[in-house]
Amino acid sequence: MVEHRRFGNLLPHLVLLAGVAIVAFPVYLAVIASTHDNTVIANGQMPLYPGSHGLETYWSTIVSGTGKTTRAPVGGMMLNSLIMAIGIAVGKIAISIISAYAIVFFSFPFRMTAFWTIFITLMLPVEVRIFPTYKITSDLHMLDSYAGLILPLIASATATLLFRQFFMTVPKELVEASKIDGAGPVRFFFDTLLPLSVTNIAALFVILFIYGWNQYLWPLLITTRDDMQTIVIGIKKIIDVHDALTEWQVAMATAVLAMLPPVAVVVLMQRLFVKGLIETEK
Amino acid sequence: MENRAIFSGRLLPYLLILPQLAVSLIFFYWPAVQALQQSFLVQDAFGLSTEFVWFENYVELFKRPEYYQAIGVTFVFSALVAFFSLTLGLLLAAMANRNIAGVQVYRTFLIIPYAVAPAVASVLFIFMFQPGLGMIARAMQRNGIDWNPVLNGTQAMILVVIIAVWNQISYNFLFFLAGLQAIPKSVIEAAAIDGAKPMRRFWTIIFPLLSPTTFFLIVINITYVFFNTLGIIDTATGGGPNGATQTLVYKVFQDGKVGTDLGGSAAQSVILMVIVVALTAFQFRYVEKKVHY
Amino acid sequence: MANVALRDVRKTYPGGFEAIKGIDFDVGDGKFCVLVGPSGCGKSTLLRMVAGLETITGGEIDIGGRIVNQIEPAERDIAMVFQNYALYPHMSVYNNMAYGLRNRGMPGPEIESRVQEAARILEIGPMLERKPGQLSGGQRQRVAMGRAIVRQPKVFLFDEPLSNLDAKLRIAMRVEIRKLQRRLGTTSIYVTHDQLEAMTLADILVVMNGGHVEQIGNPLDIYQKPATTFVASFIGAPPMNLLPLRSDEIKSQIESGGHGAGEAGLLGIRPEDFVITSETVAGGVALNLTVEAIERVGAETFIYGSRRNETQGVAATPGELPPGEVIVRIPGAVAPAIGERIRAAAPREKLHLFSADGRKRIEL
Repeated sequence: MVEHRRFGNLLPHLVLLAGVAIVAFPVYLAVIASTHDNTVIANGQMPLYPGSHGLETYWSTIVSGTGKTTRAPVGGMMLNSLIMAIGIAVGKIAISIISAYAIVFFSFPFRMTAFWTIFITLMLPVEVRIFPTYKITSDLHMLDSYAGLILPLIASATATLLFRQFFMTVPKELVEASKIDGAGPVRFFFDTLLPLSVTNIAALFVILFIYGWNQYLWPLLITTRDDMQTIVIGIKKIIDVHDALTEWQVAMATAVLAMLPPVAVVVLMQRLFVKGLIETEK
Repeated sequence: MENRAIFSGRLLPYLLILPQLAVSLIFFYWPAVQALQQSFLVQDAFGLSTEFVWFENYVELFKRPEYYQAIGVTFVFSALVAFFSLTLGLLLAAMANRNIAGVQVYRTFLIIPYAVAPAVASVLFIFMFQPGLGMIARAMQRNGIDWNPVLNGTQAMILVVIIAVWNQISYNFLFFLAGLQAIPKSVIEAAAIDGAKPMRRFWTIIFPLLSPTTFFLIVINITYVFFNTLGIIDTATGGGPNGATQTLVYKVFQDGKVGTDLGGSAAQSVILMVIVVALTAFQFRYVEKKVHY
Repeated sequence: MANVALRDVRKTYPGGFEAIKGIDFDVGDGKFCVLVGPSGCGKSTLLRMVAGLETITGGEIDIGGRIVNQIEPAERDIAMVFQNYALYPHMSVYNNMAYGLRNRGMPGPEIESRVQEAARILEIGPMLERKPGQLSGGQRQRVAMGRAIVRQPKVFLFDEPLSNLDAKLRIAMRVEIRKLQRRLGTTSIYVTHDQLEAMTLADILVVMNGGHVEQIGNPLDIYQKPATTFVASFIGAPPMNLLPLRSDEIKSQIESGGHGAGEAGLLGIRPEDFVITSETVAGGVALNLTVEAIERVGAETFIYGSRRNETQGVAATPGELPPGEVIVRIPGAVAPAIGERIRAAAPREKLHLFSADGRKRIEL
């Protein structure tokens, strides 16, 4: 368009750069801090460029733990987080896709009741039913276990809704053609439906992985053993120590490690991530 | 449903929905029912006997000033986060929509905060705002601002708002961007021909057409503050000082940890459930309206 | 005075693609100019350059004596009707029409009278309080025109406004647009890919192809004397038959009437210029055809015939006849049978001769 804007094309760039600065600065600072010595940081004299202690800090944080603050090697915590995140993502996708399949492609008594039962779980995040859920998990002897970390969090309907919506756009002629070709419901699912759903599954996986990795309240409550901590909880424990004793370079290194996988996933799979985000909310 | 192609199968569909129903029943409905049940009971000091007291727990809640404070805190927190995070998100989206070079790069950076756990985001900001140690805290001290969120309730609120706004920017940015891109270019061009300058176009055409997205995001931001800020509050302020940053959900958490008033804690949970149901219903009824094109 | 003049107008995109390659023409005050051509020929781009929605890389566009290259769309005193109408979905029909006037600070009562007048002309009075989403395609189209009319601009610009309507409505609206334009007397530039629309609407017809102008003129002139084979086959349906002038048989037929074909390489004959006859046509061309297919449309019949011994023809591109096939149009419904041999003859004055590359018309 022929348009005479006051700052031309400069304004959007300025604003966006400012936005990026705001967004990136805290992360940048954490990375820098993780490479310096704690005394420098505690004295408030940390410079804005990287220091030289990075390697040793990360090594001790991940592998050996630093006794004082982390109590357990962060590497182990990352593994816990990974198991939890993947478990939640895969778990949610698996049970949701077959539920959605049943609801869309079959007709059976109480079909709609089942759908609404699942749908209502949308309305209550774990934070609201936290203590009763804890008690039940405890009764089932699932405290301090991966099952306890994962199972209560897959009880939600977002994925089911997404798959249902997607399945409803599958032309019925496809099903009919499959039937004529002699495929039963199981064959149809694996041979036709699943391949069609790959993009949706991938997009959902990204969203759910981040959701799982970043969980706070639930892991905090049900894990007490040091070796079952997730990295997000690990950070809290590090900060919990009083200021004078906080090993900030360790805290920051842990923070960076806690951010790395989800940020990497989001950045590398950007398109899928955005698609997943927008589809799950419609 | 209307026109579906279906498979015949008696047992299979039940098998397929069983896992999800099982998990939902065990970890969702059962706890919800328990919370409901518990909210109507009072236990004695030793946990030996329980008494059915109708709505007494609820009434008790509303008699206590801390509960009203928690309501106020939640309300203020939501409003501030919604306002600032939406404004920033919209501004960034409007700029990113201008077809300039390098949009992909900007977008890549701007979605990073979404991937950061609220608790981790909190740690990043604590590092900057810690009195005596954080860069920004010291800069404020140097300029005569007495910054101490441990003692000052307003400052504590400001801190958590900043963290929450940072965390939510990506989400708002992405949805606003999608909303902006959904507006047909020809409508904007028609407005330009009709004599509307960029600012006027924005307020009379773009913003109104963006309203479904805006309402949707307001609900999402409110939900975020209600339920996802626990990590932030727990690490940054612990709900203090004196409950200045204790939201309703955080209060449930803290009261439950102490464990003496199970009935009261359950009542709080039930009230929160009602609020979520209301929010979700509101979202589905009013926000999911499509704009006519 | 609201004439529009284009002088050596060019547009090159940043990547290097030259969309408009130097276009010159004038549209006199009050005239209806139609830009027609296949997809991608640049007609919409050109229109948008006149509107100010696209920048101009070279040349000048002049509206009413003023060079508008650097002037924003809002200041050019133009109004545009978009292909998808581009109505403001959140505003009522009334406000859609009033928006442009409000932006220019017109007082309320005057806006009211202009909108009501336009609504009366376009017969959309009862819809003024409705939103675009509640209207049918044809109604939205009229609102889009109403929005343009109330502005009383110097120039109307139409970007394929009828493409989204069904066939019957398209024909009705075509006539309405023409009547409206005559009544208002506003200079208009209209873009379409439909050659029939172009023929019926235009005072001045501009045939475009690949970013440049193939021919400009009065529709009938263009129809009767196409300047290139592109124009010849684009304007008129079914398209003109184009035959290579390699075979001596045809050449000698032409020569027998006077001048030879000279350096011409292609011969064009419109389907309706053939007569099925066994009489000799002096200086004209007669072809012996085997009937391959027949299309009866009621008032006329189209015969698809193939020439015997015809092995090569004009290069086959989509939308053109396979080599050796000729279309003949006869009035009425009585037609020869399939497989029958017929003789189709065209008189000398109906022959069109072109250079071998099709770019130049050669007079007989």
